[in-house]
Amino acid sequence: MSDEIRTEQKVTLVTLVANRPGVLNRIASLFRRRNFNIDSLTVGRTHRQHVSRMTIVVDARLANVNIIAANLRKLVNVIEVRVVSDEPHVSRDLALIKVRTDDPESRNMVTEICERYPGRIVDMGVKVAIVEVTAHEAQVEAMIEEFRPIGIVEMVRTGVVAMGRGVRIQDTQYEPPIMRAGTRDNGVQQTIL
Amino acid sequence: MMLTGSEILMECLLREGVDVMFGYPGGAILPTYDAMTKYPQIHHVLVRHEQGASHMADGYARATGKVGVAIATSGPGATNLVTGMATAMMDSSPIVCITGQVPRAAIGSDAFQETDVTGVSLPVTKHNFLVMDLDELAWTVREAFHIARSGRPGPVLVDIPKDIQTASTEFVYPEGEIVLPGYQPRTTANEDELDAAARLINEAQRPIILAGHGILMSGAMDELLHLVERSGVPVALTLLGKGALPENHPLSLGMMGMHGTATSNHSIQQADLLIALGMRFDDRVTGNLATYSQHSRKIHVDIDPSEINKNVPVDVGIAGDLRTVITQLLPRIEKQQRVDWMARIRDWQEDDDERDILHHDTGDRLLGAQVINDLWLHTGGDAITVTDVGQHQMLEAQYYPHQRPSTLITSGGLGTMGFGFPAAMGAKFGLPDEEVWAIVGDGGFQMTMCELATAVQEKTNVNIAILNNAFLGMVRQWQEFFYEERYHATPMFNPDFCLFADAYGVPNMRVTKREQVEESVAFARSVQGPVLIEYVIEKEDIVYPMVPAGADLHAMIRRPKPGERENA
Ligand SMILES: Cc1ncc(C[n+]2csc(CCOP(=O)(O)OP(=O)(O)O)c2C)c(N)n1
Ligand SMILES: [Mg+2]
Repeated sequence: MSDEIRTEQKVTLVTLVANRPGVLNRIASLFRRRNFNIDSLTVGRTHRQHVSRMTIVVDARLANVNIIAANLRKLVNVIEVRVVSDEPHVSRDLALIKVRTDDPESRNMVTEICERYPGRIVDMGVKVAIVEVTAHEAQVEAMIEEFRPIGIVEMVRTGVVAMGRGVRIQDTQYEPPIMRAGTRDNGVQQTIL
Repeated sequence: MMLTGSEILMECLLREGVDVMFGYPGGAILPTYDAMTKYPQIHHVLVRHEQGASHMADGYARATGKVGVAIATSGPGATNLVTGMATAMMDSSPIVCITGQVPRAAIGSDAFQETDVTGVSLPVTKHNFLVMDLDELAWTVREAFHIARSGRPGPVLVDIPKDIQTASTEFVYPEGEIVLPGYQPRTTANEDELDAAARLINEAQRPIILAGHGILMSGAMDELLHLVERSGVPVALTLLGKGALPENHPLSLGMMGMHGTATSNHSIQQADLLIALGMRFDDRVTGNLATYSQHSRKIHVDIDPSEINKNVPVDVGIAGDLRTVITQLLPRIEKQQRVDWMARIRDWQEDDDERDILHHDTGDRLLGAQVINDLWLHTGGDAITVTDVGQHQMLEAQYYPHQRPSTLITSGGLGTMGFGFPAAMGAKFGLPDEEVWAIVGDGGFQMTMCELATAVQEKTNVNIAILNNAFLGMVRQWQEFFYEERYHATPMFNPDFCLFADAYGVPNMRVTKREQVEESVAFARSVQGPVLIEYVIEKEDIVYPMVPAGADLHAMIRRPKPGERENA
């Protein structure tokens, strides 16, 4: 399935942040304080030691995306904000779904569903199985709906992560300031008293 | 040179140009209080409550444009600063609050006087820091001052554990440029934005400029004056924008909003173009957003991009520094007179004049409006006035026109009672050569009047004008209009304010008649150090006009003209 099935009201913002203490708290506090509704917020590390990346999905019917982006940019630890859903992009959600497989029928159904989706059984027991699916959010949701009648007993989702397609590169040269006086040569002028 | 964390902090404050700080000691900040003895260049003012310190730092900052500094101990000392930080945040005032914290090893253990003040202050600061590494202290203090004063200014808190204050290290002052990658306030407008804005201004028939605090913060008073005189566009001011344009200018319409002039509010409602400069469409100036200036195009210039389209959708939004953007805009603006529009405005002004209480016969009652008007008259309209919050604040805004920028200091966004007196002290510390008046209500003064001892100890030459109506007057007004005159919890027992001043050895005077106001100003001027004047005013007075909260901006409750019946 293509990634272009976009549920129009969903808007995805990708935010690069400096790995400073409390940065996640600052973002969460902003959303709570401004009464912005979030669908999902995920945080993960990047290939840069001092930079984390957040993917924030909001419902555009409930919030002005430009205002959210402008408020994020005001946070001192935020390096960059981009609305990736305005551009061609790939987005993925991961779910672990534990379903009932305590009779042959349910076992067959689970196997059959996994064949039709980008999902696989990662743990098969006598009573339950764990299915892992990584896909576009809409597909994950469709798959979950198919499992529901069989019997979902436990579930977790990571929330959406997203990335612009092709050469739309969202990266930063960010390095934290050298606060530790004199230990590294960063070209910063220093006076020794 | 080996220095302790506390000494490094003091070195950094010196380099930021700090000459005074307002604070209160306690266990977790004691090492820094001890280090202060080696730095007599920085004067420490011992307040009587940390809230006072935060407002003094704020008043100092608003009066001087420099960063104000407040300092307190951990736990209760730190939490007492919170109201001051929230006040500074709402009004974009640059202050740095320094707090002691329990030693690093004790953090999270519910140690004695431990409060997670970076957590508590998160939503009411522009940014905050908990310093966990001595080597990062100097840089952190630099960043704190940089963030406080740049872009849209605001409060920054630096929390320093006690063991960081006492530990020593080789001190190297990091002088490099501060680069915060995401934090790069945009200052200039692009050509498209300027062309679009200029076209709207040149083509408008009924334009009005809404000038706010941003004009003062960016120092764009001259640029605004040029824009006004070239374009012929009249100006309404926000409360914090007073002083952006001299109020005796023929194109100044006075304040807008809930207690603004009816002329300003009508002009906004009838305009075909709003030019909003450094203001943020607060609900107190817009009233009902659904009916707010419905027939106008809108231009909004502000340093903070998140303000644009926040409350009021605009046609041209420009994120930039006011001074820069107006300068860019000026060459594109055509000279105009706008005779028809000004004729309509003059009619509204005549009506305002007729309703003005000062033009009515009010017998021998002493009214707040008269006191403020006469203070204005006898101080030559040139004092720095610092108000508290309530009716007296709105009367100040109506009856004390300001010609110079930053001469009215008031808590606009948060409306913090208790702000006025300590903020006036802070302003006086910043501008010792100016005449400073704290204009306060009997209610608000009692929230921070403990600072009278500070003023005496510091010999602060501040004049306190208490407008005593024996009521929480503004709340009483709401009860009269909207709660069928049920005056619950608004009549006040007050101390004898003159005896109170006597207890501190502060010269004082009670004024009960209008004729005495002139004498009271002369008396205040004759006193070195604090002086307290109590004006015993009409108890059940009303500030007109009034736009009820959430009502349409043009739906003002007006003072009747002489001969008309009360319409409220
Ligand atoms: C800290 C705080 N608490 C409550 C209020 C609500 N409030 C706004 S005006 C006002 C009355 C102020 O009374 P006073 O200081 O006597 O001034 P007046 O209105 O009588 O001039 C009150 C209680 C506030 N603004 N701030
Ligand atoms: Mg009162």
